[in-house]
Amino acid sequence: MTRYFTEDHEWIEVDGESATVGITDYAQSQLGDIVFAEVPAVGATLKKGGDAAVVESVKAASDVYAPVSGTVTDGNAALEGDPALVNSDPEGDGWFFKLTLSDTSELDSLMDAAAYKAFVDGL
Amino acid sequence: MSDTDEFEYELEPIEILELPLDAWHRARGARMVEFAGYHMPIQYEGIMAEHLWTRENAGLFDVSHMGQLMLSGDGVAEALEALVPGDISALKEGKMRYSLLLDEDGGVLDDMMITAAPMGLYVVVNGAVKWDDMGYLREHLPDEITMNYMEGRALLALQGPKAVDALARVVPGVGALYFMEAGTFFWGPRADPEPLWISRSGYTGEDGFEISVAAEHAKALADQLCAQPEVQPIGLGARDSLRLEAGLPLYGHDMNPDIDPVEGNASFAISKRRRVEGGFAGSDRILKALAEGPAKKLVGLSVDGKMPVREGAPVFAGDTQVGTITSGGFAPSVGAPIAMGYVAGGHNAIGSALEAEVRGKRVALTVAAMPFVPHHYHRRGANA
Repeated sequence: MTRYFTEDHEWIEVDGESATVGITDYAQSQLGDIVFAEVPAVGATLKKGGDAAVVESVKAASDVYAPVSGTVTDGNAALEGDPALVNSDPEGDGWFFKLTLSDTSELDSLMDAAAYKAFVDGL
Repeated sequence: MSDTDEFEYELEPIEILELPLDAWHRARGARMVEFAGYHMPIQYEGIMAEHLWTRENAGLFDVSHMGQLMLSGDGVAEALEALVPGDISALKEGKMRYSLLLDEDGGVLDDMMITAAPMGLYVVVNGAVKWDDMGYLREHLPDEITMNYMEGRALLALQGPKAVDALARVVPGVGALYFMEAGTFFWGPRADPEPLWISRSGYTGEDGFEISVAAEHAKALADQLCAQPEVQPIGLGARDSLRLEAGLPLYGHDMNPDIDPVEGNASFAISKRRRVEGGFAGSDRILKALAEGPAKKLVGLSVDGKMPVREGAPVFAGDTQVGTITSGGFAPSVGAPIAMGYVAGGHNAIGSALEAEVRGKRVALTVAAMPFVPHHYHRRGANA
């Protein structure tokens, strides 16, 4: 399994043609206390860079974008009752959705962990 | 090409100013944002924790961006009454009142606190519009009235049920003040005490104080207050969620020049004598709205479910848009989203069922009594 990152602070962990998506620890720290998360419906078709989910902190609503194109296979139901999972475990139990990739070559444009760390350090 | 080229010119970048406690906030780990033209702390530890800390203990807010004005001269109260709907000439020294600065049509230019001080009227206005307010006041007050912008003073708010315990340890005697009273107190070494102008007031719905201090002493005072076990520094983020729960409007969001005080749910600020006598800016329109009821009104709204409904969301009764949200978010002490907005007559009675539209989805709302969280003011004559 390989984990990639976007400049919009999503992470995507890829296993063959399946993947899990969430927001990074940096993203949750910038957003602050998460009070609401809306995940896409199973079967929804996502386009790379398009709106995929919504995350709301006390002060603002933010979009979560699809790191790659694909079809949603699962949404994290736990976020409905406990949106603060995104704060406490953003890159684990606080995942947003799973999808089947429609074009694995789209991963080529994403960053690996080292590149993302360098990107965040430069912000 | 556009035909407006001749009006184009180079804009200087607007300088974001620093408040006296800028370095103090950063040293305490604040995340700074631009607000009202200043770098200000939006949060330290986190909005939720800061909000709940203030409701249970005491929070220190730096509100030095707000404009502190001293209006003085013979007949200053009567002069100001031409521009505000409150009974200012009846204010006794050391008493304060919430009021509204009105334009010629009765639209709200700002909301403000007016205190009868020994030197004149001490007026605190919102930071985002303070320069406009000063221009308007100078233009409309008689030349004999002096307006002094107290630029050299910082303003700190200490809010919460334990604020009185913490402040009384630092500044003896403040416990004698009741809600909406103010006076001069002395702080520091007995040989060289520093005068502070302190009121028992604030904008969180909790008991608390607002402290005007010379800017050069603000850091020492903030340090000493935060050394008290009840006190943590609190950012603008929690200030916003606290005031929303307390049902207090935020100027520029819940009120603006298109709104009159009756629409803005601020009829309480129109004093009895002024209702009879009129004679303030826009009084014809405002007294008519008082008598006949406003076409729309600022109301509180409880929100069904967990999804926050925020500023700008349209409000519907069935298919018809009947209003707009002006403030909204998650309310930490309520544990649910809440909102404020303008809703048309016929739909704004408490208990009315409405819907907001958020990202194309309808969310159920109910018009709710405000405040959402009870006020805990230390009122004179009330049972403690």
